[in-house]
Amino acid sequence: MVKSDTQVPRVAGSGDVGQPTGGRSSSVAEPSVVRQYLLNCGSSSFADRAFSALMLVCALSIFAIVLLILVELISGSKLTIQKFGMSFFFGSAWDPVNGNFGALPFIYGTVVSSLLSLIIAVPLAVGVAIFLTEMCPAWLRGFLAFFTELLAAIPSVVYGLWAVFVLIPLLRQYVNPFLIKTMGWSGVFAGPNYGIGMLAAGVILSIMILPIISSLTREVMSAVPHAQREAVLALGATRWEMIRMGVLRNARIGIVGAVILGLGRALGETMAVTMVIGNRPEIVRSLLAPGYSMASVIANEFTEASDELYLSALIEIGLALFIVTIIVNALARVLVWAVTRGAPVRGT
Amino acid sequence: MRKTIWLLAVAMSATVCAGNAQKLNGAGATFPYPIYSKWFSEYGAAHAGVQINYQSIGSGGGIRQVSAGTVDFGASDTPMTDEQLASSKVKIQHIPTVIGAVVPIFNLQGVSDLRLGPDVLADIYLGKISKWDDARIAKDNPGVKLPSVDIFVVHRSDGSGTSYIFTDYLSKVSKDWAGGPGKGAAPSWPKGIGAKGNEGVAGFVRQSPGSIGYVELIYAMQNKIPFASVKSGGGTWVKASIEGVSEAAASVKNMPGDYRVSITNAPGNSYPISSFTWLLIPNPAKDPANGKVLVDFLKWMLQHENEAASLYYAPLPAPVAQKVAATINNLK
Repeated sequence: MVKSDTQVPRVAGSGDVGQPTGGRSSSVAEPSVVRQYLLNCGSSSFADRAFSALMLVCALSIFAIVLLILVELISGSKLTIQKFGMSFFFGSAWDPVNGNFGALPFIYGTVVSSLLSLIIAVPLAVGVAIFLTEMCPAWLRGFLAFFTELLAAIPSVVYGLWAVFVLIPLLRQYVNPFLIKTMGWSGVFAGPNYGIGMLAAGVILSIMILPIISSLTREVMSAVPHAQREAVLALGATRWEMIRMGVLRNARIGIVGAVILGLGRALGETMAVTMVIGNRPEIVRSLLAPGYSMASVIANEFTEASDELYLSALIEIGLALFIVTIIVNALARVLVWAVTRGAPVRGT
Repeated sequence: MRKTIWLLAVAMSATVCAGNAQKLNGAGATFPYPIYSKWFSEYGAAHAGVQINYQSIGSGGGIRQVSAGTVDFGASDTPMTDEQLASSKVKIQHIPTVIGAVVPIFNLQGVSDLRLGPDVLADIYLGKISKWDDARIAKDNPGVKLPSVDIFVVHRSDGSGTSYIFTDYLSKVSKDWAGGPGKGAAPSWPKGIGAKGNEGVAGFVRQSPGSIGYVELIYAMQNKIPFASVKSGGGTWVKASIEGVSEAAASVKNMPGDYRVSITNAPGNSYPISSFTWLLIPNPAKDPANGKVLVDFLKWMLQHENEAASLYYAPLPAPVAQKVAATINNLK
């Protein structure tokens, strides 16, 4: 049976390609200027090639920007590279008035505050992820997930302000005396109790990296096939054993990647750390003592650095931070990709 | 579609052509930013077609930008050194605008008035005096009950003109300080924690019992933080006030032509921790038209010096203002 108004299949390049197939319309849409030009060319391969070239340029521009930053950092720190060489990273003096610069206290401060934040945040974040993927009732899941991710949206300065007005008095009045009393013998919690210091920086950083680690861990844990969970349960495992053997063991590479990504954020965090770390370029064993981080010293002293050597020292610290952050983030991305994109999931 | 593109293009070219106002750009110190922004906006309102734009990026940044010629004028809390003047691409004339004071603030329960002698202040910051009930503090404060708590020292973490003024004073009154950390915008503090900005120091001191810090007068007065009296150059106890600060500037015997003078620890009963803040004017100006506007603004500013007091800055005293007026007339 032939219908009277069957639509004849049209050749590509007609002006009314967007027409619904249910019937002809009386007016044909006027092709735009660009399309008419392309039609006259005879094929659309020029448009395709031009489009892909444009997208390639956009992608390469990202590399170009990163490369440009690296080049500028190296050229800006030439003075201190020439004057101090490698001993810049092992010296402890920071005396702008007399021209003596050493980056060790800042490296120590950045590393210690970031590691401390990992120690606090990783158990919490993995716990949150396990609860949200395995044990949370469905009506609560979206709500909790939303709030966890909301933590990541709060600006760093707001965290710093909250820390100065709420966290520091809390630490000074309740937490630090308790720590000094119970663990003061170790020397790690000793000295005058100001509230601000390395511990405060570690705590505020842990709150900031918790949403990153937990959301990535959730993603990685969801990628573990259900067959694994069911197989472990079928062999008689309890719920916790199922989570431990069926899910966490398979997702562990990705969890490590998520942790390293959180570390990458903690290394570069500036404003919140500057407000609570005490800004004292000194290496002290006690976590209650003030310290200084690489990002903080740049934020604090860059605007007033009036002589060239001082500027060059700050830029060299920036270069060190840049390289460390790139390496850490690249490592994390590779690890997370390896789990969620198809690395074979092994049984044990 | 074509019509909207056309309209957009016309609108954009219109905005580009419309901005015929004369625009001056300046950059520099953060301390005088409130009074400069007030003056610039009032001047712009009174003189149509003129717009002065000021970015408070810090004294160091201001010196660098005006030396490189990228801005029409700079501002700094610290005078340029001889090396900086010599290496600058343009010749700079310092013009003092207002006078600021730095006050030592403290947080001690039950104590609202305190006297801190010059050597006591220096030794607190050097770490030699570590408890509030030390005999040297008690000697200057008879009748005040000083608690036996540790002194929690707070200083600036960022480089700042406030630190420069404070350490300039400490260097003059203490040989140990002059030989040790010395004067500078970001010295190597022997003790204490660093807070960011005047507001950071004020915030910490307000919240931490037993702490001591230093801020510009305006912060202490507006936040109602108790601050200590210090000893003037003449030996009397003075508490910071606008008149006392202006007097410090008036006491300079031989004001040099480039006004690069330190007025800390001035003789007499003036407030000892005071300092000028300067506008750095290229002389001859990079752009003659902009230079003329700048000179006109400086003359206008001298007539409006009394507005500074409402923002807790001390205006220039009369003899200094007269000298500045003469210098301005000689600017090209």
